[in-house]
Order: sequence, then C-alpha cells, then structure tokens
Amino acid sequence: MNDLLSRYAECVFWMARYVERAENVARILDVHETFTRDRTGSVNWSSVVTIHADDERFYATHPQASAKAVVDFYLLDPENPTSIFSSIRAARDNARTLRPLISTEMWTHINVFYNTMKSMTPADVSMTGLSQTCSIIKENCQTHFGITEGTFYRDASWYFYLMGKYLERADQTSRILDIKYNILTPREPADASAIDASQWNALLRSVAGYHAFRRTHPRGLSPAAVAQFLLFDSSFPRSVTMCFRQVDDMVHRLRARFGLRNGAVALERLDEVRAAMDQHTIDDVLREGLHEFSDWIQRQALDLTADIQRDFFG
Amino acid sequence: MADIDPTDLFSDYTATGYYCELTGSKAQPADHNDLLVDRLRRMSSEELVRRSRIAERELFNLGITFTVYSERESIDRILPFDVVPRVISAADWKILESGSIQRVAALNLFLKDIYNDQKILKDGVIPRDLVVGNKNFREQMMGVKVPHDTYVHVCGIDVVRDADGNFLVLEDNARCPSGVSYVVENRHMMQRTFPDLMSDIGIRPVSSYGQMLLEACSEIAPEGVDDPTVVLLSPGTFNSAYFEHIFLAREMGVPLVEGRDLIVENDRVFMKTISGLRPVHTIYRRIDDDYLDPEVFRPDSMLGVPGLMRAYRAGNLGLANAVGTGVADDKAVYAYMPRIIRYYLDEEPILSNVETYICREPEGLKYTLDNMADLVVKPVGESGGYGVVIGPKSSEAELAESRAKVIENPENFISQPMIKLSVCPTLIEGILEPRHVDLRPFAVTGKKTWVLPGGLTRVAIRRGSLVVNSSQGGGSKDTWVMES
Repeated sequence: MNDLLSRYAECVFWMARYVERAENVARILDVHETFTRDRTGSVNWSSVVTIHADDERFYATHPQASAKAVVDFYLLDPENPTSIFSSIRAARDNARTLRPLISTEMWTHINVFYNTMKSMTPADVSMTGLSQTCSIIKENCQTHFGITEGTFYRDASWYFYLMGKYLERADQTSRILDIKYNILTPREPADASAIDASQWNALLRSVAGYHAFRRTHPRGLSPAAVAQFLLFDSSFPRSVTMCFRQVDDMVHRLRARFGLRNGAVALERLDEVRAAMDQHTIDDVLREGLHEFSDWIQRQALDLTADIQRDFFG
Repeated sequence: MADIDPTDLFSDYTATGYYCELTGSKAQPADHNDLLVDRLRRMSSEELVRRSRIAERELFNLGITFTVYSERESIDRILPFDVVPRVISAADWKILESGSIQRVAALNLFLKDIYNDQKILKDGVIPRDLVVGNKNFREQMMGVKVPHDTYVHVCGIDVVRDADGNFLVLEDNARCPSGVSYVVENRHMMQRTFPDLMSDIGIRPVSSYGQMLLEACSEIAPEGVDDPTVVLLSPGTFNSAYFEHIFLAREMGVPLVEGRDLIVENDRVFMKTISGLRPVHTIYRRIDDDYLDPEVFRPDSMLGVPGLMRAYRAGNLGLANAVGTGVADDKAVYAYMPRIIRYYLDEEPILSNVETYICREPEGLKYTLDNMADLVVKPVGESGGYGVVIGPKSSEAELAESRAKVIENPENFISQPMIKLSVCPTLIEGILEPRHVDLRPFAVTGKKTWVLPGGLTRVAIRRGSLVVNSSQGGGSKDTWVMES
C-alpha cells in the first residue's frame, strides 16, 4: 500500500500539526495565567504575542496586550490564524478531506470538538475559567491522539501523521521555554534566591513534565536544569531532542517499509540537526543565548517541513 | 398535543384521498405493515420524539451533512431525517426492480444507438433534432466503444405513486445521481435508534451497495487489467454532495481523488502518490461532463483532468457513468421513453411514465392548450423544477403567460397531469401526519444490472407540499424492502 495520494499525506501531516499546536497554545495560555495567579502585580502578556511572532497582526487590532485581549486573540478569534479555534478548524478541514482515510471515531471526535469550539464564547470562557477551558482543549487534543493511536490504520499515512505531530511539538516546546526563560531568569545569575521555584514548577507542569523532571532531578531546581530537561532529555516525550529523534525515525521507517527513495534531503538535515543537538550542552546554549537557540530550532522545523513538502507532497 | 392519546400515535392519522405507504388505502390495505404499525402504536409520542432527537444529533456529529455557504461562514446542515420508515412490500419491489432493470437496459441501448448507427432516428421514432440538437448530446462520443455497451452504470430513477397505488416514473437520472449514501446511513441510524421496531420484520439489507458498485467499476476497466485501480473523482470538499463522495469511497475502499491528483501521460491516467505516479484504470466520476476535461469541454474547468477524454477514447480508461448520458435523462427524451422501451426491447414498459403530452406533436399541443388549468407544464431543457407551471395552483395571468410561451415554442414544452403523490406518516411536532413522498431506487450496471433493494425516500416536510428536494425543506426516510 504505497499508493497514498500525496495530497492525503500532506493533509495527515497538517491535521496532526494543528491538533498538536492547539494543545500547546492551550498549555501556553494556561501556564501564563498560572503565573498571573501566583504573582502580585501584573504579568506581561505581550510576550505570548511576541513568541508567536504575531506583534504586527495583534497590535493592528488591539491597542495593548491586556490579559483579556491576548486570551481572546489566541483562544477563539476566528480571524487569527494562530488561535486555537483556527487550529481546530484547520485540523477539522483536513480531517474532512481525509475522511476516506481516517476512522469514523477520529472524524466524529474532531467534528464534535470543532463544534464545541465554534459555539464557545468569551463569556463562556470567563464563566468556566481560563484554566478549566484550557483543560477541556488539552483533553480533547489528547483524546484525538488517543483515538488515532487506537484506530488509525498503519499505512504510510501513519508516518506522516507522526512527523507532523513531532515537528510541531519540537517547535512549540522551544517556544514555551523561550517565553518563560526570559521572564523568570534573574539578571544576575548568581542571585539564586531570586529564582522563583514555584514558577519553574508551573512551567514544568505546563508541559506535563514536573513529575518526570523530579524523577531525574530529585533535589533542587535550577533554570538551567529545567531548560536542559526540555531541550535535551532523551526520554521526556516533549523534549526537542526526543521530537527530532521521532521525526528522524519516522522518515527512516517510511522509506524502509515502502521502499521509497524520496526523503533523502530531510534525512540529511535531520542528521545535522540531531548532531547539533547532541553537541550542545545547556551551558553552551545559555551562554550563546536561549532565545537564539530556540530560534534555530524553529528554523530547523520550518526547513524540515519544506523538505518533506518538496519530497512527498510535491 | 396534550389531547392526543399518547398511547396511540395513529389515533388522529388519516390519509384520505391518497395512497399511504404504511397503511395503504381503503381499496388496498397494506397488511404487510401490520406488525410495524402495531409496534408504532405502542410507542408514545414522547419516546418517538426523544429518539428522533438522538438520531438527528448523531447525524450532525457524524458529519452526515451538506454545507451551506454564506458570505462569511459555512454552516453544516443535516438532511432532516424522519424516523417513521417507508415500507415496500416484496410484491411491489418485484415491479420496481424489474421495471428499473428494463429501463436501464433501454437507456443503454438507446445511448449505444445514438452514438453509433442512430437507427432510432432513421426510423423516426424520436425526432433527430431532439437528440443531436440536445445540449447534453456529446459529439465526442460518436463511435466510441464502451465496455459491455454500458453507458449508465449508476442510474437513479425517480418514482412516485398515485392515488390508486400505481408506480409512475417521474424522471430518469442517468448522469451523476446522488442520494444513495442516505439510503445506507438512514438504515444504520434506524438500526441504532430503533432496533426494537425492526427486529424480525425481515428487511432486505442495503449494505452491499459499495461492493456492487466497485464490482461494476472493475468490470469496465480496460481489457487485460487483472486487478484494476478504481478511484472516485470528486469536485472536492466544497461540493454539497461531498459527504456522499466520502461515503462511497469508503464503502468501495478506493481513493477519493480530485482533478489535481490525476495526470494524463501518453493517453493513460495516473494519480500522484508519495511514491510517484500510479496507474488508474477506472474512474467513478461525480463531476459533470462539462467539467471533466478542459481540453475537450469547458476550458476554464479546474475540477477536471486535461487529457482524460484522450485516455477514454483510446480505451485506456473506464468511466462511470460514460460521457454523454445526459441526453437520455432529458425531459424531452423522457416523454419518448415508453416508445424507446418498445423499440429496443419489444416489451411493454413495466413502470409507466407519468402521462406526458409532447407539445411538439399536434395532438399533445392541442391537449395541453385545452387543459392548461389542470396540467403541469414543464420546459424540457431545464432541471431542478425551474420554469415549471402548475396549472391548478396558477392564476389566470400566469396561465395566459404560460400558454403564450407554449404557442411560441411548442417543442420546448411537455405537460403532465397533476399526480396525487402518495403519503407516509411523518413525525411533525410530536404527532404523525401524512406527508408526500417519492422514491429513488438505484440501479448499478457493469456486465448486468443490479438494483439496491431500497432507495431514497424523500419526504416533503411542509404540509401540502409536493416538493421533496433537500434545497426546499425536504427530508428523508429509511426505506424498507420486505423479504417476503
């Protein structure tokens, strides 16, 4: 069965990406609000806008980055292509195209999820609470992944699904870390007392990594250790290293199983990216700038997408 | 609603003057439905309404919807589903089945003739200009050989029932008839929500449609291809019948492709896959002739595939339905169908036409003009009910206008008597009321013809309405064909 239509492969790749993206944006909003709750004084919501490189579009319609404006923009705004609503709409559009390929359970769930998001209003969100709303979204995304795992036929499309999911996750994990690291790290590295442990705690929880982090670091919690964990841990399912390894694995397995010759360019780039990840220590990263490193990760994800696009979706 | 006896849904139900699909008529009571009617009588209105809501919710969640586009957004609507089934007795089905097979046979012989020797035109059975001058006649099909001489692989024949319980053909759909997905999905829905109503009744299953269609499509693949690749060609997700395309592709287990997924090289068709180009042997197309191949038909079509007709004419591609079948389901040609059946098959039609007066013939014109107020006058070139004048429901002025048009251009019109369409009990705001229904059985033909035991029953939800089209508030029902 290697007669998968290129167009279907592309749709599967993007369906997975959009659901992964929605989940991560929900995580970002959730953790950001947690920060607000724990702090006296205001948290700067503009960083959420900056991290998505949305400044121009956001400020064109909003005078300032108030909590409400940013939440509305990223949660429900149908005009904002990076909002959770837009992601779920795009995922559902792809699923609709893919209906001949995906299971009825997958389709029905995403269709109902989309209709739930479509009927949600800002008033509903303030009534339910942002955190609860984000939980609903996260759980729906995870339900999607679970149903897919349990029902999606494992032909070539399965590999594209996982490529999309892990590429998006690598990108998003780097964004979450980037946004928080700058806010939370004190200017003077020596000033350990200024490190707000509860905030780092919240950051780890936002990526469901607190418990795993504790298992590997039973004592203490330093910003560098957290950053190291999210970037390089070899077993944490949301670490950037882990995500790139998965993408690499999927391209290899796809080629081997179906005897495909295309995909070589993506594999070459993946080799380079993984080598670079292996060679960097967290100290290197922090010295050279975490933000720059995050940017580099996001650029690699972009280039890999282009490679896959060119090689398979033509 | 309060004063209705909740234990008997039929206490206020009458269908006087019409044939009822569930209870029959005084002259012909429908005994075969006694068990079902009895079970319905034991059901309360609340229960029926409750389950009806569950069914509609489920149809929405499953996305068994058609999409309505407005300026800013798209809205998904379900085709209203009525939970009271329409039942066809085994004896009635025999008539419908054999009548459909006969009709498809005649349509195919007619198409083969007009695209080859044109004997029927030479013999003067049907006017030449009506056929070759028809906008759906495709010059490009002249002399093209199609496998098994089958042109109409999927045919939907619209049938109604008059007050005496006779079936009459309203029109033939020989291009891309739609609606079969509802036949199967409505059955699934009933099985989930009304298992108690259905058990032990002996209903013929409808689930084999996809496999039968795939078989027919395989039978028309080019010669020498053992394991043909069949695809379903759709205009895409914005098409209002997209759900049906998905449904059929899934049931047939074939790729659902769009024009941009296909390419023609050396008069052969290929699809673009992740491992390069793969050959395609048969296309079940849900795109009209006009959009199929911009090299031959509309040059601005983005939906089709350039070169498709070259591959088809070269015998490298099976196409269902064949190109040019639209001339056979045209309203003007419809009027000649009884004569076409007699001409090719030397048989009397098993299913009658609605009596039709052909205005291009002097006696038909005279009868039409003399009886305008009682007749339905239809222009022949149009579809979708456009330009139809219903005599009994028209004003003097409208009739005068219609009369002038007919006199000016008689060959453009036919007329038919008003048919008292049969009714079926339908759940309206918690009670059962009679509503008009029609029936579209589906006939699939490769080497030979198979008719799906069932069909799409459309119901006009509005009281008194005869219009069953989904675009005008029509709904659908599950259609049961009895085993015995």
